[in-house]
Amino acid sequence: MTQLALVIDLNVCVGCHACVTSCKEWNTSGWAGPMTDQRAYDEDPTGTFFNRVQTYEAGVFPHTETYHFPKSCLHCEDPPCVPVCPTGASYKREDNGVVLVDYDKCIGCKYCSWACPYGAREMDEKQRVMKKCTLCIDRITDMTLPESQRKPACVLACPTSARLFGDAHDPNSVVSIAIREEGGYALQPEWGTKPANHYLPRRKTRIQIHEDELVRADNPLKKEQLPSLPEGGETLDDVAW
Amino acid sequence: MHPAFSVIFLTTLIGAGQGLFLALYTGQLYSLANLLPVQRDKFYAVGSLAAIALLIGGLVASVFHLGRPEKAWRAATQWRTSWLSREVIVLPATMALTFLYGLLHYLGWTDPLFVISETLPVDLTLIIGALATLATFLLFLCTAMIYASLRFIKAWYSPLTVANFLFLGVASGFMLAAAFSAYLGNNLVSFYGTWAVVATLLGAITRGFSLYRNTRFRCKVDLKSAIGVHHSDLHQKAQGFMGGSFNTREFFHGKSEGFLLMLRYGFLLMVFVLPVILIVLAYILESTRLPMAAFVIQYFGLLIERYHFFTEAKHPQNLYYQSMA
Repeated sequence: MTQLALVIDLNVCVGCHACVTSCKEWNTSGWAGPMTDQRAYDEDPTGTFFNRVQTYEAGVFPHTETYHFPKSCLHCEDPPCVPVCPTGASYKREDNGVVLVDYDKCIGCKYCSWACPYGAREMDEKQRVMKKCTLCIDRITDMTLPESQRKPACVLACPTSARLFGDAHDPNSVVSIAIREEGGYALQPEWGTKPANHYLPRRKTRIQIHEDELVRADNPLKKEQLPSLPEGGETLDDVAW
Repeated sequence: MHPAFSVIFLTTLIGAGQGLFLALYTGQLYSLANLLPVQRDKFYAVGSLAAIALLIGGLVASVFHLGRPEKAWRAATQWRTSWLSREVIVLPATMALTFLYGLLHYLGWTDPLFVISETLPVDLTLIIGALATLATFLLFLCTAMIYASLRFIKAWYSPLTVANFLFLGVASGFMLAAAFSAYLGNNLVSFYGTWAVVATLLGAITRGFSLYRNTRFRCKVDLKSAIGVHHSDLHQKAQGFMGGSFNTREFFHGKSEGFLLMLRYGFLLMVFVLPVILIVLAYILESTRLPMAAFVIQYFGLLIERYHFFTEAKHPQNLYYQSMA
Protein backbone atom coordinates (compact mmCIF):
# COMPACT_ATOMS: atom_id res chain seq x y z
CA MET A 1 0.00 0.00 0.00
CA THR A 2 1.14 3.50 -0.75
CA GLN A 3 1.49 6.06 2.00
CA LEU A 4 2.36 9.46 0.62
CA ALA A 5 4.27 11.62 3.06
CA LEU A 6 6.34 14.73 3.45
CA VAL A 7 9.75 14.78 5.05
CA ILE A 8 10.73 18.18 6.38
CA ASP A 9 14.39 18.86 6.93
CA LEU A 10 14.82 21.16 9.93
CA ASN A 11 18.51 21.31 9.13
CA VAL A 12 17.73 23.17 5.94
CA CYS A 13 14.51 25.11 6.59
CA VAL A 14 15.22 28.83 6.82
CA GLY A 15 11.69 29.85 7.81
CA CYS A 16 10.90 31.86 4.68
CA HIS A 17 7.17 30.92 4.65
CA ALA A 18 7.28 30.20 0.90
CA CYS A 19 5.54 26.88 1.60
CA VAL A 20 2.81 28.70 3.54
CA THR A 21 2.03 31.18 0.79
CA SER A 22 2.31 28.71 -2.07
CA CYS A 23 0.02 26.30 -0.16
CA LYS A 24 -2.61 28.96 0.31
CA GLU A 25 -2.22 30.19 -3.26
CA TRP A 26 -2.73 26.74 -4.75
CA ASN A 27 -5.40 25.45 -2.43
CA THR A 28 -7.58 28.51 -2.07
CA SER A 29 -8.44 28.31 -5.76
CA GLY A 30 -8.34 24.52 -6.01
CA TRP A 31 -10.35 21.55 -4.81
CA ALA A 32 -9.94 22.45 -1.14
CA GLY A 33 -10.76 26.12 -1.53
CA PRO A 34 -11.68 28.74 -0.76
CA MET A 35 -9.42 29.28 2.24
CA THR A 36 -11.01 32.42 3.52
CA ASP A 37 -9.51 35.22 5.58
CA GLN A 38 -11.34 37.32 8.09
CA ARG A 39 -10.36 40.92 8.89
CA ALA A 40 -7.33 40.47 6.64
CA TYR A 41 -6.35 44.14 6.84
CA ASP A 42 -7.69 44.92 10.30
CA GLU A 43 -6.45 44.70 13.82
CA ASP A 44 -7.02 41.02 14.45
CA PRO A 45 -6.50 39.21 11.16
CA THR A 46 -7.18 35.50 10.92
CA GLY A 47 -7.83 32.92 8.27
CA THR A 48 -7.59 29.33 7.14
CA PHE A 49 -4.15 27.90 6.52
CA PHE A 50 -3.11 24.31 5.94
CA ASN A 51 0.51 24.95 6.74
CA ARG A 52 2.28 27.29 9.13
CA VAL A 53 5.92 27.87 9.90
CA GLN A 54 6.63 28.33 13.57
CA THR A 55 9.91 29.36 15.13
CA TYR A 56 11.50 27.96 18.26
CA GLU A 57 14.72 28.79 20.01
CA ALA A 58 16.80 26.41 22.07
CA GLY A 59 19.26 27.59 24.68
CA VAL A 60 20.22 30.99 26.06
CA PHE A 61 22.02 33.66 24.03
CA PRO A 62 24.73 33.44 22.80
CA HIS A 63 24.45 29.64 22.80
CA THR A 64 21.18 29.49 20.90
CA GLU A 65 19.90 27.54 18.00
CA THR A 66 16.88 28.70 16.00
CA TYR A 67 14.50 26.12 14.61
CA HIS A 68 11.99 26.95 11.92
CA PHE A 69 9.26 24.38 12.20
CA PRO A 70 6.75 23.95 9.35
CA LYS A 71 3.58 22.42 10.75
CA SER A 72 0.79 20.78 8.80
CA CYS A 73 -1.31 17.62 8.87
CA LEU A 74 0.96 14.61 9.32
CA HIS A 75 -1.34 12.15 7.50
CA CYS A 76 -1.09 9.61 10.32
CA GLU A 77 -1.14 5.94 9.42
CA ASP A 78 -3.55 5.48 12.33
CA PRO A 79 -5.36 8.84 12.24
CA PRO A 80 -7.34 9.49 15.45
CA CYS A 81 -9.42 12.14 13.67
CA VAL A 82 -11.05 9.67 11.28
CA PRO A 83 -12.97 7.21 13.53
CA VAL A 84 -14.46 9.99 15.67
CA CYS A 85 -16.11 11.73 12.71
CA PRO A 86 -19.89 11.18 13.05
CA THR A 87 -20.65 11.66 9.36
CA GLY A 88 -17.78 9.84 7.67
CA ALA A 89 -16.62 13.14 6.15
CA SER A 90 -13.14 12.54 7.53
CA TYR A 91 -11.45 9.68 5.76
CA LYS A 92 -8.11 8.22 4.82
CA ARG A 93 -7.71 7.43 1.14
CA GLU A 94 -7.14 3.74 0.59
CA ASP A 95 -4.92 4.15 -2.46
CA ASN A 96 -2.38 6.69 -1.20
CA GLY A 97 -2.97 7.16 2.53
CA VAL A 98 -3.84 10.85 2.38
CA VAL A 99 -6.25 11.97 5.14
CA LEU A 100 -9.00 14.13 3.66
CA VAL A 101 -12.28 15.82 4.54
CA ASP A 102 -15.34 15.49 2.32
CA TYR A 103 -16.80 19.00 2.60
CA ASP A 104 -20.17 17.82 1.34
CA LYS A 105 -20.51 15.52 4.35
CA CYS A 106 -18.80 17.61 7.04
CA ILE A 107 -21.22 19.24 9.48
CA GLY A 108 -18.57 21.36 11.20
CA CYS A 109 -18.89 19.79 14.66
CA LYS A 110 -15.13 20.23 15.30
CA TYR A 111 -14.92 16.85 17.03
CA CYS A 112 -12.06 15.76 14.74
CA SER A 113 -10.04 18.79 15.82
CA TRP A 114 -10.49 17.75 19.44
CA ALA A 115 -9.25 14.29 18.55
CA CYS A 116 -6.09 15.45 16.75
CA PRO A 117 -3.15 15.93 19.16
CA TYR A 118 -1.25 17.99 16.59
CA GLY A 119 -3.84 20.72 16.01
CA ALA A 120 -3.74 20.05 12.29
CA ARG A 121 -7.38 20.81 11.55
CA GLU A 122 -9.02 24.18 11.23
CA MET A 123 -12.59 25.32 10.97
CA ASP A 124 -13.12 27.48 7.89
CA GLU A 125 -15.18 30.41 9.11
CA LYS A 126 -16.79 30.98 5.73
CA GLN A 127 -17.67 27.45 4.65
CA ARG A 128 -18.22 26.28 8.25
CA VAL A 129 -16.49 22.96 7.61
CA MET A 130 -13.21 21.48 8.83
CA LYS A 131 -10.22 21.90 6.58
CA LYS A 132 -6.72 20.56 6.59
CA CYS A 133 -3.70 19.82 4.44
CA THR A 134 -4.67 17.64 1.47
CA LEU A 135 -1.09 17.09 0.29
CA CYS A 136 -2.45 18.98 -2.77
CA ILE A 137 -4.50 15.93 -3.68
CA ASP A 138 -5.85 17.69 -6.79
CA ARG A 139 -2.30 18.20 -7.99
CA ILE A 140 -0.51 14.97 -7.07
CA THR A 141 -3.25 12.85 -8.67
CA ASP A 142 -3.58 15.00 -11.81
CA MET A 143 -2.20 12.82 -14.56
CA THR A 144 -2.29 15.68 -17.07
CA LEU A 145 0.59 17.32 -15.23
CA PRO A 146 4.15 16.23 -16.00
CA GLU A 147 5.51 13.94 -13.30
CA SER A 148 7.92 16.56 -11.97
CA GLN A 149 4.91 18.81 -11.25
CA ARG A 150 2.88 16.11 -9.46
CA LYS A 151 4.04 17.26 -6.04
CA PRO A 152 2.45 19.39 -3.33
CA ALA A 153 2.76 23.12 -3.89
CA CYS A 154 4.85 23.56 -0.74
CA VAL A 155 7.43 21.05 -1.96
CA LEU A 156 7.77 22.78 -5.32
CA ALA A 157 8.00 26.20 -3.68
CA CYS A 158 10.64 25.42 -1.06
CA PRO A 159 13.77 27.33 -2.11
CA THR A 160 16.09 25.22 0.01
CA SER A 161 14.57 21.83 -0.82
CA ALA A 162 13.77 21.30 2.83
CA ARG A 163 10.60 19.45 1.87
CA LEU A 164 10.72 16.00 0.35
CA PHE A 165 7.68 14.17 -0.96
CA GLY A 166 7.18 10.51 -1.73
CA ASP A 167 5.84 7.12 -0.70
CA ALA A 168 6.92 6.29 2.82
CA HIS A 169 6.10 2.62 2.28
CA ASP A 170 8.47 2.26 -0.66
CA PRO A 171 11.88 1.59 0.91
CA ASN A 172 13.67 3.13 -2.07
CA SER A 173 11.70 6.37 -2.24
CA VAL A 174 13.42 9.67 -1.50
CA VAL A 175 11.46 10.05 1.73
CA SER A 176 12.16 6.54 3.00
CA ILE A 177 15.87 6.95 2.33
CA ALA A 178 15.89 10.33 4.07
CA ILE A 179 14.02 8.97 7.09
CA ARG A 180 16.28 5.95 7.29
CA GLU A 181 19.63 7.57 6.65
CA GLU A 182 19.22 11.08 8.03
CA GLY A 183 17.55 10.26 11.33
CA GLY A 184 13.94 11.06 10.44
CA TYR A 185 11.57 11.19 13.40
CA ALA A 186 7.81 11.48 14.01
CA LEU A 187 6.13 14.09 16.20
CA GLN A 188 4.62 13.03 19.54
CA PRO A 189 5.32 9.35 18.87
CA GLU A 190 3.98 8.51 22.38
CA TRP A 191 0.40 8.44 21.10
CA GLY A 192 0.95 5.70 18.54
CA THR A 193 -0.74 7.66 15.77
CA LYS A 194 2.15 6.77 13.45
CA PRO A 195 2.44 10.04 11.54
CA ALA A 196 3.43 9.52 7.90
CA ASN A 197 5.21 12.87 7.76
CA HIS A 198 8.63 12.88 9.33
CA TYR A 199 11.11 15.55 10.29
CA LEU A 200 14.86 15.47 9.85
CA PRO A 201 16.86 16.82 12.78
CA ARG A 202 19.63 19.38 12.85
CA ARG A 203 22.82 17.67 11.79
CA LYS A 204 26.31 18.96 12.59
CA THR A 205 29.27 17.71 10.60
CA ARG A 206 31.91 17.22 13.23
CA ILE A 207 34.63 14.61 13.53
CA GLN A 208 35.93 13.26 16.77
CA ILE A 209 39.68 13.81 17.10
CA HIS A 210 41.50 12.45 20.09
CA GLU A 211 44.75 13.93 21.32
CA ASP A 212 46.79 10.81 20.57
CA GLU A 213 45.53 10.78 17.02
CA LEU A 214 47.37 14.04 16.32
CA VAL A 215 50.69 12.43 17.12
CA ARG A 216 51.93 9.24 15.53
CA ALA A 217 53.12 7.20 18.48
CA ASP A 218 54.71 4.60 16.24
CA ASN A 219 56.47 7.03 13.90
CA PRO A 220 59.65 5.25 12.86
CA LEU A 221 61.34 8.45 11.68
CA LYS A 222 60.23 10.37 14.79
CA LYS A 223 59.38 13.27 12.50
CA GLU A 224 56.85 14.84 14.85
CA GLN A 225 58.61 13.89 18.06
CA LEU A 226 62.06 15.31 17.46
CA PRO A 227 64.21 14.19 20.34
CA SER A 228 65.67 16.98 22.35
CA LEU A 229 69.27 17.63 21.46
CA PRO A 230 71.82 15.96 23.70
CA GLU A 231 73.85 18.22 25.83
CA GLY A 232 76.87 19.47 24.05
CA GLY A 233 75.26 19.57 20.70
CA GLU A 234 74.87 17.05 17.94
CA THR A 235 77.43 14.35 17.38
CA LEU A 236 78.09 12.52 14.16
CA ASP A 237 76.06 9.58 15.51
CA ASP A 238 72.95 11.70 15.69
CA VAL A 239 72.95 12.43 12.03
CA ALA A 240 71.86 9.81 9.64
CA TRP A 241 73.71 10.04 6.37
CA MET B 1 -10.36 23.83 25.82
CA HIS B 2 -12.58 26.75 25.06
CA PRO B 3 -15.96 26.14 26.74
CA ALA B 4 -18.65 25.66 24.10
CA PHE B 5 -21.91 27.04 25.46
CA SER B 6 -24.00 25.00 23.05
CA VAL B 7 -22.47 21.81 24.45
CA ILE B 8 -22.75 23.04 28.03
CA PHE B 9 -26.49 23.57 27.58
CA LEU B 10 -26.88 20.34 25.60
CA THR B 11 -25.31 18.11 28.25
CA THR B 12 -26.95 19.77 31.25
CA LEU B 13 -30.43 19.99 29.71
CA ILE B 14 -30.55 16.43 28.43
CA GLY B 15 -28.99 15.23 31.70
CA ALA B 16 -31.85 16.81 33.65
CA GLY B 17 -34.40 15.47 31.16
CA GLN B 18 -33.02 11.95 31.35
CA GLY B 19 -32.89 12.13 35.14
CA LEU B 20 -36.47 13.36 35.28
CA PHE B 21 -37.66 10.43 33.20
CA LEU B 22 -35.74 8.01 35.40
CA ALA B 23 -37.37 9.62 38.44
CA LEU B 24 -40.86 9.18 36.97
CA TYR B 25 -40.25 5.56 36.06
CA THR B 26 -38.66 4.81 39.43
CA GLY B 27 -41.76 6.30 41.07
CA GLN B 28 -43.98 4.06 38.95
CA LEU B 29 -41.96 0.96 39.87
CA TYR B 30 -42.10 1.82 43.57
CA SER B 31 -45.85 2.33 43.44
CA LEU B 32 -46.17 -0.97 41.60
CA ALA B 33 -44.44 -2.61 44.55
CA ASN B 34 -46.80 -0.73 46.87
CA LEU B 35 -43.90 1.19 48.38
CA LEU B 36 -45.37 4.48 47.24
CA PRO B 37 -48.95 5.66 46.76
CA VAL B 38 -50.11 5.29 43.16
CA GLN B 39 -50.09 8.52 41.19
CA ARG B 40 -52.59 9.56 38.60
CA ASP B 41 -51.55 9.01 34.98
CA LYS B 42 -51.53 12.76 34.43
CA PHE B 43 -48.57 13.05 36.78
CA TYR B 44 -46.46 10.81 34.53
CA ALA B 45 -47.81 12.42 31.36
CA VAL B 46 -46.96 15.97 32.43
CA GLY B 47 -43.64 14.84 33.89
CA SER B 48 -42.71 13.12 30.62
CA LEU B 49 -43.67 16.27 28.75
CA ALA B 50 -41.25 18.24 30.91
CA ALA B 51 -38.54 15.64 30.26
CA ILE B 52 -39.19 15.86 26.50
CA ALA B 53 -39.03 19.65 26.68
CA LEU B 54 -35.60 19.42 28.33
CA LEU B 55 -34.37 16.91 25.74
CA ILE B 56 -35.62 19.12 22.91
CA GLY B 57 -33.96 22.11 24.56
CA GLY B 58 -30.69 20.20 24.57
CA LEU B 59 -31.12 19.22 20.93
CA VAL B 60 -31.78 22.84 19.94
CA ALA B 61 -28.69 23.95 21.88
CA SER B 62 -26.57 21.34 20.11
CA VAL B 63 -27.56 22.71 16.71
CA PHE B 64 -25.68 25.91 17.54
CA HIS B 65 -22.52 23.86 17.91
CA LEU B 66 -22.58 22.79 14.28
CA GLY B 67 -21.15 24.72 11.39
CA ARG B 68 -23.55 23.05 8.97
CA PRO B 69 -26.64 21.95 10.94
CA GLU B 70 -28.64 21.30 7.77
CA LYS B 71 -26.50 18.23 7.16
CA ALA B 72 -26.79 16.97 10.74
CA TRP B 73 -28.73 13.85 9.71
CA ARG B 74 -25.49 12.52 8.25
CA ALA B 75 -24.13 12.29 11.79
CA ALA B 76 -26.11 9.09 12.35
CA THR B 77 -24.03 7.13 9.84
CA GLN B 78 -20.77 6.37 11.69
CA TRP B 79 -22.17 4.67 14.79
CA ARG B 80 -19.66 1.85 14.38
CA THR B 81 -16.74 4.06 15.37
CA SER B 82 -17.94 7.41 16.67
CA TRP B 83 -19.53 8.03 20.08
CA LEU B 84 -20.87 11.31 18.76
CA SER B 85 -22.71 9.44 16.03
CA ARG B 86 -24.06 6.99 18.62
CA GLU B 87 -25.36 9.91 20.66
CA VAL B 88 -27.05 11.32 17.56
CA ILE B 89 -28.95 8.03 17.24
CA VAL B 90 -29.73 7.40 20.91
CA LEU B 91 -30.95 10.95 21.67
CA PRO B 92 -33.96 10.85 19.31
CA ALA B 93 -34.65 7.27 20.41
CA THR B 94 -34.75 8.40 24.04
CA MET B 95 -37.01 11.29 23.11
CA ALA B 96 -39.37 9.03 21.17
CA LEU B 97 -39.61 6.43 23.95
CA THR B 98 -40.08 9.07 26.64
CA PHE B 99 -42.79 10.67 24.50
CA LEU B 100 -44.47 7.32 24.01
CA TYR B 101 -44.29 6.65 27.74
CA GLY B 102 -45.98 9.98 28.48
CA LEU B 103 -48.54 9.50 25.72
CA LEU B 104 -49.57 6.06 27.01
CA HIS B 105 -50.10 7.54 30.45
CA TYR B 106 -52.00 10.47 28.96
CA LEU B 107 -54.27 8.14 27.03
CA GLY B 108 -54.66 5.98 30.08
CA TRP B 109 -53.65 2.76 28.32
CA THR B 110 -52.54 1.23 31.56
CA ASP B 111 -54.65 -1.93 31.66
CA PRO B 112 -52.36 -4.87 32.42
CA LEU B 113 -51.45 -6.87 29.33
CA PHE B 114 -50.47 -9.87 31.39
CA VAL B 115 -49.61 -10.69 34.97
CA ILE B 116 -46.33 -12.23 36.05
CA SER B 117 -46.48 -14.70 38.95
CA GLU B 118 -50.01 -13.45 39.73
CA THR B 119 -48.50 -10.43 41.47
CA LEU B 120 -46.88 -8.17 38.88
CA PRO B 121 -49.35 -6.70 36.38
CA VAL B 122 -47.42 -5.62 33.29
CA ASP B 123 -48.95 -2.84 31.22
CA LEU B 124 -47.69 -1.07 28.13
CA THR B 125 -46.18 1.84 30.09
CA LEU B 126 -44.04 -0.56 32.08
CA ILE B 127 -42.57 -2.10 28.91
CA ILE B 128 -42.05 1.20 27.07
CA GLY B 129 -40.69 2.71 30.30
CA ALA B 130 -38.15 -0.12 30.60
CA LEU B 131 -37.02 0.48 27.02
CA ALA B 132 -36.83 4.23 27.64
CA THR B 133 -34.77 3.58 30.77
CA LEU B 134 -32.33 1.53 28.72
CA ALA B 135 -32.15 4.32 26.11
CA THR B 136 -31.63 6.89 28.86
CA PHE B 137 -28.66 5.04 30.33
CA LEU B 138 -27.24 4.49 26.84
CA LEU B 139 -27.57 8.21 26.20
CA PHE B 140 -25.66 9.02 29.40
CA LEU B 141 -22.95 6.63 28.23
CA CYS B 142 -22.79 8.04 24.69
CA THR B 143 -22.73 11.67 25.83
CA ALA B 144 -19.97 11.03 28.35
CA MET B 145 -17.93 8.78 26.07
CA ILE B 146 -17.69 11.59 23.50
CA TYR B 147 -15.31 13.18 26.02
CA ALA B 148 -14.03 10.10 27.80
CA SER B 149 -12.87 8.46 24.57
CA LEU B 150 -10.45 11.24 23.58
CA ARG B 151 -7.21 9.68 24.75
CA PHE B 152 -5.17 12.84 24.10
CA ILE B 153 -7.22 14.90 26.55
CA LYS B 154 -6.21 13.27 29.78
CA ALA B 155 -8.56 15.28 31.98
CA TRP B 156 -11.50 13.64 30.20
CA TYR B 157 -9.99 10.27 29.38
CA SER B 158 -11.32 8.48 32.45
CA PRO B 159 -14.33 6.41 33.57
CA LEU B 160 -14.92 9.21 36.08
CA THR B 161 -16.26 11.33 33.20
CA VAL B 162 -19.01 8.78 32.57
CA ALA B 163 -19.79 8.52 36.29
CA ASN B 164 -20.00 12.32 36.58
CA PHE B 165 -22.36 12.73 33.65
CA LEU B 166 -24.55 9.91 34.99
CA PHE B 167 -24.74 10.94 38.64
CA LEU B 168 -25.05 14.67 37.99
CA GLY B 169 -27.75 14.13 35.35
CA VAL B 170 -29.69 11.78 37.63
CA ALA B 171 -29.27 14.19 40.54
CA SER B 172 -30.68 17.16 38.66
CA GLY B 173 -33.51 15.06 37.23
CA PHE B 174 -34.58 13.75 40.64
CA MET B 175 -34.20 17.26 42.02
CA LEU B 176 -36.59 18.44 39.31
CA ALA B 177 -38.97 15.59 40.11
CA ALA B 178 -38.92 16.67 43.76
CA ALA B 179 -39.62 20.26 42.71
CA PHE B 180 -42.42 19.07 40.41
CA SER B 181 -43.97 17.00 43.19
CA ALA B 182 -43.67 19.91 45.59
CA TYR B 183 -45.39 22.15 43.04
CA LEU B 184 -48.22 19.66 42.65
CA GLY B 185 -48.30 19.16 46.38
CA ASN B 186 -48.21 15.36 46.19
CA ASN B 187 -46.48 13.13 48.67
CA LEU B 188 -43.46 12.12 46.59
CA VAL B 189 -41.26 15.08 47.54
CA SER B 190 -39.27 13.30 50.20
CA PHE B 191 -38.92 10.15 48.04
CA TYR B 192 -37.51 12.10 45.08
CA GLY B 193 -35.60 14.42 47.39
CA THR B 194 -33.89 11.48 49.09
CA TRP B 195 -32.78 9.94 45.80
CA ALA B 196 -31.70 13.36 44.51
CA VAL B 197 -29.49 13.76 47.58
CA VAL B 198 -28.08 10.23 47.13
CA ALA B 199 -27.24 10.92 43.47
CA THR B 200 -25.79 14.32 44.36
CA LEU B 201 -23.53 12.76 47.00
CA LEU B 202 -22.40 10.02 44.60
CA GLY B 203 -21.71 12.75 42.05
CA ALA B 204 -19.77 14.69 44.68
CA ILE B 205 -17.52 11.68 45.22
CA THR B 206 -16.80 11.03 41.52
CA ARG B 207 -16.53 14.70 40.57
CA GLY B 208 -14.31 15.28 43.58
CA PHE B 209 -12.02 12.48 42.41
CA SER B 210 -11.88 13.84 38.87
CA LEU B 211 -11.09 17.36 40.14
CA TYR B 212 -8.34 15.92 42.33
CA ARG B 213 -7.02 13.82 39.44
CA ASN B 214 -7.05 16.74 37.03
CA THR B 215 -4.96 18.95 39.26
CA ARG B 216 -2.20 16.38 39.63
CA PHE B 217 -1.45 14.58 36.38
CA ARG B 218 1.31 15.41 33.98
CA CYS B 219 0.82 15.32 30.22
CA LYS B 220 2.49 12.44 28.42
CA VAL B 221 4.05 14.71 25.80
CA ASP B 222 6.01 17.94 26.09
CA LEU B 223 7.43 20.47 23.67
CA LYS B 224 10.54 18.34 23.15
CA SER B 225 8.46 15.51 21.82
CA ALA B 226 6.08 17.88 20.01
CA ILE B 227 8.78 19.33 17.76
CA GLY B 228 11.41 16.65 18.27
CA VAL B 229 14.19 18.92 19.55
CA HIS B 230 15.70 17.49 22.69
CA HIS B 231 16.95 20.59 24.41
CA SER B 232 16.08 21.32 28.03
CA ASP B 233 15.59 25.01 27.32
CA LEU B 234 13.16 25.45 24.43
CA HIS B 235 11.04 28.52 23.78
CA GLN B 236 8.60 29.39 21.11
CA LYS B 237 9.39 32.57 19.20
CA ALA B 238 6.64 32.62 16.57
CA GLN B 239 3.39 30.75 16.00
CA GLY B 240 3.29 31.29 12.27
CA PHE B 241 0.85 34.19 12.45
CA MET B 242 0.49 37.49 14.23
CA GLY B 243 -3.27 37.41 14.82
CA GLY B 244 -5.24 34.42 16.08
CA SER B 245 -6.20 31.17 14.45
CA PHE B 246 -8.62 28.32 15.03
CA ASN B 247 -5.87 26.70 17.08
CA THR B 248 -5.65 29.61 19.51
CA ARG B 249 -9.42 30.12 19.73
CA GLU B 250 -10.73 26.58 20.09
CA PHE B 251 -8.25 25.09 22.54
CA PHE B 252 -7.60 27.89 25.04
CA HIS B 253 -10.07 29.16 27.61
CA GLY B 254 -8.05 32.30 28.32
CA LYS B 255 -9.32 32.60 31.89
CA SER B 256 -7.17 33.36 34.90
CA GLU B 257 -6.43 30.83 37.63
CA GLY B 258 -8.30 33.03 40.12
CA PHE B 259 -11.43 33.07 37.99
CA LEU B 260 -11.31 29.29 37.59
CA LEU B 261 -10.83 28.85 41.33
CA MET B 262 -13.91 31.00 41.90
CA LEU B 263 -15.87 28.86 39.43
CA ARG B 264 -14.66 25.69 41.14
CA TYR B 265 -15.81 26.79 44.58
CA GLY B 266 -18.98 28.21 43.02
CA PHE B 267 -20.07 24.98 41.39
CA LEU B 268 -19.03 22.81 44.34
CA LEU B 269 -21.30 24.97 46.49
CA MET B 270 -24.16 25.21 44.02
CA VAL B 271 -24.20 21.61 42.80
CA PHE B 272 -23.35 19.67 45.93
CA VAL B 273 -23.76 21.71 49.10
CA LEU B 274 -26.71 24.08 48.73
CA PRO B 275 -29.19 21.66 47.07
CA VAL B 276 -28.61 19.02 49.75
CA ILE B 277 -29.08 21.59 52.51
CA LEU B 278 -32.23 22.92 50.83
CA ILE B 279 -33.72 19.44 50.41
CA VAL B 280 -33.02 18.62 54.05
CA LEU B 281 -34.56 21.94 55.09
CA ALA B 282 -37.55 21.30 52.85
CA TYR B 283 -38.04 17.95 54.59
CA ILE B 284 -37.85 19.55 58.03
CA LEU B 285 -39.94 22.63 57.21
CA GLU B 286 -42.27 20.76 54.83
CA SER B 287 -41.72 23.60 52.41
CA THR B 288 -42.86 23.41 48.77
CA ARG B 289 -40.65 26.20 47.53
CA LEU B 290 -37.28 24.92 48.71
CA PRO B 291 -37.14 21.85 46.38
CA MET B 292 -37.73 24.20 43.44
CA ALA B 293 -34.94 26.47 44.66
CA ALA B 294 -32.75 23.38 45.07
CA PHE B 295 -33.30 22.35 41.45
CA VAL B 296 -32.73 25.85 40.02
CA ILE B 297 -29.56 26.40 42.05
CA GLN B 298 -28.21 22.97 41.14
CA TYR B 299 -28.97 23.46 37.46
CA PHE B 300 -27.08 26.78 37.36
CA GLY B 301 -24.32 25.10 39.33
CA LEU B 302 -24.19 22.36 36.69
CA LEU B 303 -23.80 24.97 33.96
CA ILE B 304 -20.73 26.25 35.81
CA GLU B 305 -19.55 22.68 36.41
CA ARG B 306 -19.71 21.90 32.69
CA TYR B 307 -17.90 25.16 31.89
CA HIS B 308 -15.19 24.16 34.32
CA PHE B 309 -15.10 20.68 32.79
CA PHE B 310 -13.99 22.28 29.51
CA THR B 311 -11.38 24.49 31.14
CA GLU B 312 -9.88 21.44 32.89
CA ALA B 313 -9.03 19.83 29.56
CA LYS B 314 -5.51 20.57 28.35
CA HIS B 315 -5.17 19.74 24.69
CA PRO B 316 -1.69 18.60 23.53
CA GLN B 317 -1.94 20.87 20.47
CA ASN B 318 -1.53 23.79 22.89
CA LEU B 319 2.15 22.85 23.10
CA TYR B 320 2.55 24.48 19.68
CA TYR B 321 0.93 27.73 20.81
CA GLN B 322 2.77 28.61 24.00
CA SER B 323 3.99 32.11 23.28
CA MET B 324 4.19 34.75 20.64
CA ALA B 325 7.26 36.97 20.56
